[in-house]
Amino acid sequence: MNRFFGFLKKEFYHIFRDKRSMLILFGMPIVQIMLFGYVINTDLKDVKMAVLDHSKDEYTAEMINKITSSGYFQLIDNLESIDEADAVFRKGDVKLILVFEPDFGKKLIKDSKGSIQILTDASDPNMANLEVSYLQGILQNYNIEINKEKQMGTAIQAKSRMYFNSNLESVFMFVPGIMATILMLVSAMMTSISIAREKELGTMEILLVSPLNPLQIILGKVTPYLALSFINALVIVGMGYFVFGVPVLGSFVLLMAESILFIFLALSIGIFISTVAKSQQVAMMLSMFVLMLPTIILSGFIFPIRNMPLPLQVISNIIPPKWFIVILKNIMLKGVGFEYVWKETLILLAMTMGFIGLSLKKFKIRLQ
Amino acid sequence: MNAGIRIENLSKKYGNVQALKSINLDINSGELFGLIGPDGAGKTTLFRLLATLLLPDVGSAQMCDIDIVGGYKQIRNLLGYMPGKFSLYQDLSVIENLEFFATVFDTRIEDNMDMIHDIWVQIEPFKDRLAGNLSGGMKQKLALCCALIHQPKVLLLDEPTTGVDAVSRSEFWQMLKSLKSKGITIVVATPYMDEANLCERVALIKDGEILQVNTPQEIVGQFERNLYTIKSEDNYQSLLDLREFEFTNSVFLFGQSLHYTDVRKEFSLEEVNSYLKHKGRLHLEIEQIKPGIEDCFMALSTKNDGHE
Repeated sequence: MNRFFGFLKKEFYHIFRDKRSMLILFGMPIVQIMLFGYVINTDLKDVKMAVLDHSKDEYTAEMINKITSSGYFQLIDNLESIDEADAVFRKGDVKLILVFEPDFGKKLIKDSKGSIQILTDASDPNMANLEVSYLQGILQNYNIEINKEKQMGTAIQAKSRMYFNSNLESVFMFVPGIMATILMLVSAMMTSISIAREKELGTMEILLVSPLNPLQIILGKVTPYLALSFINALVIVGMGYFVFGVPVLGSFVLLMAESILFIFLALSIGIFISTVAKSQQVAMMLSMFVLMLPTIILSGFIFPIRNMPLPLQVISNIIPPKWFIVILKNIMLKGVGFEYVWKETLILLAMTMGFIGLSLKKFKIRLQ
Repeated sequence: MNAGIRIENLSKKYGNVQALKSINLDINSGELFGLIGPDGAGKTTLFRLLATLLLPDVGSAQMCDIDIVGGYKQIRNLLGYMPGKFSLYQDLSVIENLEFFATVFDTRIEDNMDMIHDIWVQIEPFKDRLAGNLSGGMKQKLALCCALIHQPKVLLLDEPTTGVDAVSRSEFWQMLKSLKSKGITIVVATPYMDEANLCERVALIKDGEILQVNTPQEIVGQFERNLYTIKSEDNYQSLLDLREFEFTNSVFLFGQSLHYTDVRKEFSLEEVNSYLKHKGRLHLEIEQIKPGIEDCFMALSTKNDGHE
């Protein structure tokens, strides 16, 4: 036991004296969550728009008012002719132009029919789509409003409600993703680098010659990162909750227990990488390409898995963060209990066992 | 307890390179033994085999009567090993390094002070300095301390004085002498021939083969020919000239002079002198000297090459 604590002490010295690892450990989670929370935001807010109003009557004024007061759009320009549209889009500020036909109000009263044209800057297609559908939604509401008195017979009214994220806040989606990414990074990359460093600097030679057995060396290497990753998990959930209002509807204890399981899995992957990598460089590259990229791209963190081509969908099943993100979303956003995530938990558990087994088998008690 | 080392027929191959070729060697308990040879001779491989870090292809070795393959766990408790590359934690201070290695062996610094005291007093003034910031000599002293902290029976030192200044080197050897008096078997690998004289017995090793095992005195005593040192204004040119001289047995460049042996038992130095003069060398100085270990090593290794 003494040996173990001596080893732990040494590991903490390594971590706390290396500015780079301190930065990755404690700077990274905060920076990433801030980045994803504030900067990379797919929510619609204050989209700059212009209006080309050929009619200029009370109806168009009311509609413009409705649109700008929604908070999604901000009117910054009134155009005089359609020829200006091109120039305005080219300037880049205005993303959307709303065109009312001449005598819009009159036609609306007389024929019960008014035409509107929406022009968007589709150089960012996803955003353009989003803007159009938001705007159509607002117009739809207005349409229903002005037709309230009239008996329209049977009109189908669709009212939608977004479950689990009623405001469609993208940060709700990012927090579980960031959590998986950070825990993977800290646990797997840092342990693999720290073991590879011992090999590179030749200290592994001395450790091997000592009476320490492989299990003691591995446990000594892994425990500090288990503790630090757990702190990171708390920081991420905490920041999500207090800064961005991401709820934890399910059991907090269950959430943390699942996080610890995932940390174990990431650590065992890290050890496995270190048994393959001979230098810190190689360990870092392996962690980056084998872990980071799949974690970000294939885990469903950013890109929905069901939209991927079939082969990638199949591959995504062996990406551990995928299962962890499912678990996190279920517990945090849906508030479900263990009975809904046991399958994913079991998969993570099996993966952990597999990697620990592989690592213990591959860990060498000698140099060759 | 017998802390000797017995090596039988030990061979090790890396890919196509035969690093060790059927080595046989007996090192007595409590001996200060030198393993002398140039870089790439196989010294480190032999040490790693003995330190249970590598598995031999053929042959066996026992340390303290324990087999190095089967009994590696016991050996790891009895062995102090100092690799050729400085292998302590550079981001840990001197005292932290020492404490770490003490805990690894489940012991305490205080309990082993008598063993390391002589060395410790020299590095104690720097005990809070990071190991990475120590001078070369200090690093080696610290590494020796760490290797001794668990009172090993056998000490394997792989080129401990490489890259260390002359004063620290002689201090280091002084420490080894005092350790020997405590009954530890010490095996030192070194590329420096002059350090051979400080060992009780040495093995000359080259290309994975042991050329000879003997006391330094006897190795020198075996040198059959008369050895001369030749200096001139252009040593390199005289080296080339002497290589063409019909009576040259061997000629090597040794620092500031050439070491020369003649094929004949009886000859006049004047003949060599006039040959070189004829070749245009100036300021010639020729003197007979006593051979050193290095001369013997050169003689033995060329003889060996001749057989192949």
